Amino acid sequence: MTPRSQRAAVDPELLWLLAVPVWIAAYASLVPLADLLFGLTPLMRDTRLGEAVWFFLYDVPKVLLLLTGVVFAMGILRSFFSPERTRVLLAGRREGVGNVAAAGLGIVTPFCSCSAVPLFIGFVSAGVPLGVTFSFLVAAPMVNEVALGLLLALFGWKIAALYLVLGLAVAIGAGVVLGRLRPERWVEPWVLAQRAAPDLAEEALAWPARIRLGRDAVVEIVGKVWPWIIAGIAVGAGIHGYMPEDLLASFMGREAWWSVPLAVLLGVPMYSNAAGVIPVVEALLGKGAALGTVLAFMMSVVALSLPEVLILRRVLRPQLIAAFVGVVAAGILLVGYVFNLVL
Amino acid sequence: MKIQILGTGCAKCQKLAQVAEQAAGELGLAYEMEKVTDPMRMAQMGVMRTPALAVDGVVKLSGRVPEAAELKLLLGAPR
Repeated sequence: MTPRSQRAAVDPELLWLLAVPVWIAAYASLVPLADLLFGLTPLMRDTRLGEAVWFFLYDVPKVLLLLTGVVFAMGILRSFFSPERTRVLLAGRREGVGNVAAAGLGIVTPFCSCSAVPLFIGFVSAGVPLGVTFSFLVAAPMVNEVALGLLLALFGWKIAALYLVLGLAVAIGAGVVLGRLRPERWVEPWVLAQRAAPDLAEEALAWPARIRLGRDAVVEIVGKVWPWIIAGIAVGAGIHGYMPEDLLASFMGREAWWSVPLAVLLGVPMYSNAAGVIPVVEALLGKGAALGTVLAFMMSVVALSLPEVLILRRVLRPQLIAAFVGVVAAGILLVGYVFNLVL
Repeated sequence: MKIQILGTGCAKCQKLAQVAEQAAGELGLAYEMEKVTDPMRMAQMGVMRTPALAVDGVVKLSGRVPEAAELKLLLGAPR
């Protein structure tokens, strides 16, 4: 065998792994890069405008890099899970253990809110209890790679970890509560009459295919949210440079009891521009907004989305939709208040 | 041959339909294409992740848009 044909035997997808050291090198040189780019402008860093611009030049590459890394890793991790396998793991589980498992699996199982309905039917028809299914449906969109990646980039790993734990707690709690409400009476009867369809043949994926899935996730997700992130950081940079200290503390601080419900109310109708909102929120936090309020806002943006609720209406009666939104929102409120009290 | 694209009309579903049409065209297949948008029918076919592709009622793929080469293999392979 000639070296040439040996080289050809290596799957080209594996070459994407070369992006990993490039990524690390880029991440290590964020400050010099920002300094270099800043040097091309006529600005000085000791002016307000200069500080805002430098902040922007540093934050944009940092956030995009971290987001890319998290989305890539998550894309590969998700290739090991499927709704079919998750459904088998959850079928017939009792409440409690089942809710915990469902919330955890909700993070790693590939999920798109556009297929929430077939997934719901698939779970319920296979004998996954309704409350357990709801834990999955809350955790899957809430603890997602965009939220985790951005929190990691802007707030650090502690806040990202906290968000993960609290997101799971809300998903588990909401599923347990909803399971107790005898939700069966509010599910469209034809759904409960469905018999489980046979499992699809599991696709066996090799590593090159998994890497491709990770790359696809980056192209799809980062490709969609990057303009929002840049816009958000630009607004955030402006706030950093110009907004007076403690102005916000008066109406987004922990003393204002109504700030948490207000944050949830504002967050629910927002969806696609969540990625742009988070950098702004980070800047607000720096100016005195309370962490619990900020986390509650983020959770409501990503966990409760209007499009998903409308889609679920096809299988759930309005009473159950209302209970679902109400219980999840209550959980998020609780998280916001507890945070503002404790921290 | 009957090619079914299962999806609720999201961008990926349209992409899959487009790639499938192209692959089938290049293979010179005689086919009819149906877009399944009813979630109940998707569930009956065992699909929980869109977009999905079924050939003559057999689900071949779900949750992703494959490259043209892989799709040709799925459409051309004997069942």
